[in-house]
Amino acid sequence: MNPERALQEIGVAEMPLETFSQTLFRHGLRLEREKTTTLQVNVGNLCNQSCRHCHLNAGPDRREIMNSETVDGVISYAARNGFQAIDITGGAPELNPNLEKLIEGLSSCAPRILVRSNLTALTENKRENLIRLLQAYQVVVIASFPSFDEHQADAQRGPGTFRTSLATLKKLNSLGYGVEESGLELHLVCNPTGAFLPSSQALIEKRFREVLLKRWGIVFNRLFSFANMPLGRFRQWLLQSGNLESYLQRLGSSFNPCAVEGLMCRTLVSVSWDGYLYDCDFNLARDLPMGGRRIHVSEMEGPPAPGSPIAVADHCYTCTAGGGFT
Amino acid sequence: METYYKPEDLRKFEEIGKEAPDLAKKFFEYYNAVFAEGALTEREKALIALAVAHAVQCPYCIDAFTQACLEKGSNLAEMTEAIHVVTAIRGGASLVHGVQMRNVAQKLSM
Repeated sequence: MNPERALQEIGVAEMPLETFSQTLFRHGLRLEREKTTTLQVNVGNLCNQSCRHCHLNAGPDRREIMNSETVDGVISYAARNGFQAIDITGGAPELNPNLEKLIEGLSSCAPRILVRSNLTALTENKRENLIRLLQAYQVVVIASFPSFDEHQADAQRGPGTFRTSLATLKKLNSLGYGVEESGLELHLVCNPTGAFLPSSQALIEKRFREVLLKRWGIVFNRLFSFANMPLGRFRQWLLQSGNLESYLQRLGSSFNPCAVEGLMCRTLVSVSWDGYLYDCDFNLARDLPMGGRRIHVSEMEGPPAPGSPIAVADHCYTCTAGGGFT
Repeated sequence: METYYKPEDLRKFEEIGKEAPDLAKKFFEYYNAVFAEGALTEREKALIALAVAHAVQCPYCIDAFTQACLEKGSNLAEMTEAIHVVTAIRGGASLVHGVQMRNVAQKLSM
């Protein structure tokens, strides 16, 4: 019995979860857009894995991927705006045949390009050209690595993914990724392998750094720990496993008002595979478009206006639980 | 089915302070201080708590500290080993009393 938890839950846990908007109002907070500095590009739901925590239901059977015309539209939009960073995600971005064109096109539009990788799609089918391109443009690799325990990692991401991920990390290290002063950044993302919240980021980063180096000689730059979003396949699993209600309560009772100021949705705009704009990738998964209406990237001249409201729903509690989601 | 142990009762833990608020306040402050990062990490402390929860057979503690251990980054193998440690001590504590039994038996026997 953990009284800290019990005390956190006073007045919250025993009442039905109030809406996220109500919670913001109760704390006197408003969630509005600021200057947009990051463009997130979701190039599609096609993935070689079917992770059980995926908020997008991405998988090998999904056919929605960003086509060449939309890629052109995204590059044009990025060129019209001075984003500080462009974050390419999926699905598995590596499976989109237009990825190389997208990276080349965006490289002159922002000083920092990031690609999210599940670490298995990057090395399957000998994607040497893509890896060389990432190196050449000093693209930051953000890699999913939920646990250094093989059983936990494979339970979340599928059999055999853990060992393949280790091999890919070693390969990336051999190319300079994650190695100090190489100019090639390799960051890890760690999502809990179940219906519980993540550890403190600083503590888990320290432990992963020690264990990965000691056991496998692997190095990385930073580790980010994020709570799982109760959407998509993860929500289905929560429901089937009888964890949904307690997980939502846990997120709600862990609401940290201080996390609201630093939420990524304030400074990010997310483009879906078919070119529509959202306040974040999670609102994309929930189909909650930016500004309450579907706006195509080709219609958008500049970045979203500062001060405009951000679409919220109960999944937003995930980003305000504990330390928050950046 | 009615049961003496109800998971939702864990959330009512703070109600224990209604009759003796000063003592409860002291206890919870002490409790939170104990589990804060110190010479031992929060993760290590949660593993100890999980093991002790099994020794004292408290279902509330097992529920709370299983979750705490996972959240602090422990895996099932580590948590299982922690329980074996407390089981070994608990079993050993019984077995070592066999020395007393032998002493008494030797004294009584010809």
